Amino acid sequence: MIGSQLQEGRSSLLGHVPRRIAGTALSLVLTFVGLTAVTFVIARVMPADPVLAIVGDRAHQDVYDAVYRELGLDQPLPVQYLRYLGQLFVGDLGVSIMTAQPVIDDLLRFFPATLELATVATLLGVFAGVPLGVLAAVRQGRWADHLVRIVGLFGYSVPVFWLGMLALFVFYAKLGWVAGPGRIDIFYEGMVEPVTGLILVDSALAREWDIFRNAIGHLVLPAAILGIHSFAYLARMTRHFMLEQLGQEYILTARVKGVPEGAVIWRHAFRNVLVQLITIVGLTYASLLEGSVLTETVFAWPGIGQYITRSLFNNDMNAVLGGTIVVGICFVAINMGSDLLYRLVDPRAR
Amino acid sequence: MRRIVRSVLLLCGVWALQDGSALADPPDNIFVMAKDIGDVITLDPAEVFEFTAGEIVANVYDRLMMFEPEDPRELTGGVAESYAIEADGETIVFRIRDGLRFHSGNPVRPEDVEFSLERVVKLNKTPAFIFTQFGWNAENVGDLVEVVDGSHVRITVTAGLSPGLILNALSAGVASVIDKERVLAHETDGDLGQGWLRSHSAGSGAFWLGRWKANEFIALEANAEYRRGAPAMRRVFLRHVPEPSAQRLLLERGDVDMARNLTPDQIRALAGHAELAVDSYPKGAIVYLAANASHPVLGHPAVIQALRHAIDYQGMADSFLAGQFSVHQAFWPAGLWASYTATPYALDIEKARSLLGQAGLGPFEIRIDTLTSSPFPQIAQSIQATFAQAGIDARIVMQDGKTLWPRYRARKHELIVARWSPDYMDPHSNADAFAHNPDNRPEAMLAGVLAWRNAWASEAINERTIEARDTRDLDAREAMYLELQKRLQTEGPYAIMFQQSEQVVRRRRVEGFMSGVNFDHVYYRNVTK
Repeated sequence: MIGSQLQEGRSSLLGHVPRRIAGTALSLVLTFVGLTAVTFVIARVMPADPVLAIVGDRAHQDVYDAVYRELGLDQPLPVQYLRYLGQLFVGDLGVSIMTAQPVIDDLLRFFPATLELATVATLLGVFAGVPLGVLAAVRQGRWADHLVRIVGLFGYSVPVFWLGMLALFVFYAKLGWVAGPGRIDIFYEGMVEPVTGLILVDSALAREWDIFRNAIGHLVLPAAILGIHSFAYLARMTRHFMLEQLGQEYILTARVKGVPEGAVIWRHAFRNVLVQLITIVGLTYASLLEGSVLTETVFAWPGIGQYITRSLFNNDMNAVLGGTIVVGICFVAINMGSDLLYRLVDPRAR
Repeated sequence: MRRIVRSVLLLCGVWALQDGSALADPPDNIFVMAKDIGDVITLDPAEVFEFTAGEIVANVYDRLMMFEPEDPRELTGGVAESYAIEADGETIVFRIRDGLRFHSGNPVRPEDVEFSLERVVKLNKTPAFIFTQFGWNAENVGDLVEVVDGSHVRITVTAGLSPGLILNALSAGVASVIDKERVLAHETDGDLGQGWLRSHSAGSGAFWLGRWKANEFIALEANAEYRRGAPAMRRVFLRHVPEPSAQRLLLERGDVDMARNLTPDQIRALAGHAELAVDSYPKGAIVYLAANASHPVLGHPAVIQALRHAIDYQGMADSFLAGQFSVHQAFWPAGLWASYTATPYALDIEKARSLLGQAGLGPFEIRIDTLTSSPFPQIAQSIQATFAQAGIDARIVMQDGKTLWPRYRARKHELIVARWSPDYMDPHSNADAFAHNPDNRPEAMLAGVLAWRNAWASEAINERTIEARDTRDLDAREAMYLELQKRLQTEGPYAIMFQQSEQVVRRRRVEGFMSGVNFDHVYYRNVTK
C-alpha cells in the first residue's frame, strides 16, 4: 500500500516536471510571439519612413523604390512579419540600418554595457537602500527616518539627466575624482579581447589591471546616479514593508518573550518582507536592463537604451525588434529567477 | 569576513579615485574629437551622404579631383595628376599620378578609377545621381568610362554638360578611388564589396579606417606613405558624445582636443578661456523657408513675397543664431565661385501687409513644419512672431526628420523651415534642387528636387538652369547663375534666410584643423599639437 502510494507520488512528480517545462516553454514562445508582433505593428504604423533612414531625404524616387523593395516593404504586413519570424527562427536578427552590422553583433556589444551598469547600480541600490529602509522603519519618526525619506525623495524626484550632469561637473570636471563620459578611456580601446563583453570581467580575466581600474573610474558615476534612483525606491518600499510587519502581533509576541531586538528585526520581520523585496529588486533590475536612455546619453555610455531609442527614431526595425527581444528575455529570466528565490526564502511557495 | 569585504570595497574605491584623478591629456600624436557621430550608417563612398561619414571618407580616400585643405577654393587633381578635355567637350582624359599606392600597398591604377566610377552607377545608391546626370547608367557606364593605357582613363559624358560642372562633380565623395583588388576580394553575392566597405576602407588617403564602433568611436590611422606627406597625428579618434554639455566637460578637462557640437550658449561661455580657442568655418548649408505653391493661399505670387518681408533675418542672426548663421538670401552659398551675396529682404511689416492687401488677402492661418533640433524651433518661433504682426496666424509643428521628410517629399506641407547643403561644389548642384523642375505633375515624383516638392515650376527658369549647366564659357556661366539666383529671390517659392557656420572649440595647442565650405571638406591631415 505504502509502496504503491510512493510509486504514485513519484509518477505524478515525474509527470509534473515535463508538464511544467512544457508549460513554461509554451508561455515563453507565446510571450515572444506577442512581443515581436506588437513591436512589429507599432513600428510599422509609426509615421516614420524606414527607407528614408537608409537613403536620406534627397534620394531620387528610383533609388527610394529599389530600397523599398529590398526591405520587403512592398509585401503585405502579415507576410513581412512571417518572413521576420522565419529569419528569427534560424537565429538571424537581420542587419541594422544604423550601424550596418548584424543586429546580433550589436546586441552582443551594447547589452553587456547595460548589464554591467545595471548590475552595479542595482547592487548599490540594494546594499544601501534595504538596510537604510529597515533603519527608517525601526527608527520611525526620528531623524534617521526623516533623513532616509528626504534622501529617498530627492533620489526619486530629481531628474536623472540633471543629476548626471551635475555629478559630472562636480566629481569629474572640478574634483577629478572619477573618469569622464564613456565606458573606458579611448586609448585603451581594443587592448582587451572581449570574452564576455563586460569590461570589468574581461580586463580582470586578461589581468589588465590598469584597464580594470580605468573601467571602474568610468563606471562609478553613472552607476551611482542610477543607483540613487534604485536606492530611493528600495528604501521607501523596504520601510513600508517593514512598518507593516513591525506592527504585527507576532512581533509583539517575540518582544514580550524577550527575543533580542536584532533578532526581532532581522530574523522575524525582515524575513517576512523578503519575498516582496525580491519582487521589487527584480523589477528594478529589469527596468535598468532596458537601458536608461538619459543616463546613457549624458555619460556617452554605449548601452542598449540608446541603441533601441535611436533605432526606434530611425525606424530601424531589425534593431528595435532585436533589442525588444533581449529586453523581453531579461524580464522573463528575472521573473523566473525571482520565482526560484521565492521558493528558497518562503517554504510556503515550495 | 566583514573585514575582508570592507577591505575589498575600500580597495576598489581607492583604485577608482586614483584612476579618475590620474587621467592624462591625449598623447601628442593622437587627435581626439568629441562629436555626435550617430549619423554614420555607412562608410562606403558609393553610399555616403551623411555629414560625419562624408568627412571620414574625405580623409580616407583620395578623389579623382579634389579641393585640398591648403587652398579649399581651388579645384585640383587628386588621384588625377592632370586632365585633358577633348575638342567635343564631352570626353575628358585623366592622367593618374605615378607611384600612388593604396593603404594595402596595391598601386593605384586606371583600372581602379574605372571600377570606382562604374561601381557608383551600378550600385545606384543615393549619391549616384551625381554621375547619372552625366548620362551614365548601369548599361552604358562600362563603355563611357574606360582605361586608355597604364596611366590614363577616359570618361565620356553624353548629357552635354559643361566640363566645369563635370570636373566639380568628380570632386564629390562618390569620385573616391577605391582599391579594386581589395574590395572585390570581399565581394559577396555580386555586391561589389558593398557589405564589406560599409565598415572598412580601401583607399589611398591620408588616413585609413582603423575601427568604427557605432555609437562609440571611429579610429583613423595615419598613412605614413601619403602622397603629400605623413600626417603629424598617428591616430585620430572621433568619440561619440551625443550630449554637448558632456563634450564641453571633456574638452575643459583636456580629455579631448576638440568639441564639435557645442551650443552657441556654451561657446559664448568659453570665450576668453585661457586654454581654449573658438574657430568659425563658413559652410555651404542654407536655411530656408519654402511655401507649397499648390496651397490655395501660398500659390499666390504676392503671398511668398509678403512672407519674405515678414521675417526678421538680422534680428535672428544677431541673437540666438549669432556666430553660427549669417544672413544669406541666395541659393548658392557665399564664398564660392558664382555666389550672389545681395540681401534685398529685411523685416518690413508694412510692406508685407501691403502686399497681402494687394492680393486681396486678409488675416489667414498657416502651418509651419520644421525639425525638432536646434535652431529650427527657434527660427520658426521668430517667424511665427513676425508673421503675427503681418496678420498671419502661423502654427508650428516640430517633427523628427524621419517624419518630416516623408511629408515634405509627398508635398503635404504648407510652409517648411529646412536646411540644404550642396552635393558637390558646383552651383548646378543647388540650381538643380531649387530652380529646376522639369515635370511638376504629382505623379512625376521628383521627390529629390525642392522645386517639385514645393509644386513650383517655371519654364523660363528651367531653360535658364539647363543653359547654365551646359555652358562651357566660365564667365558666361557665372553670369547665368548670378541671374538665376537673383530671379529666384523674387520668383521662387522660397525665403532663403541664412548660411551656416561651423564653430568648433579646440585646445589652443591644437592647430591645422580645416573645415571647408562643403559638408565633406573636413581635413585632419594638417593637424598638429
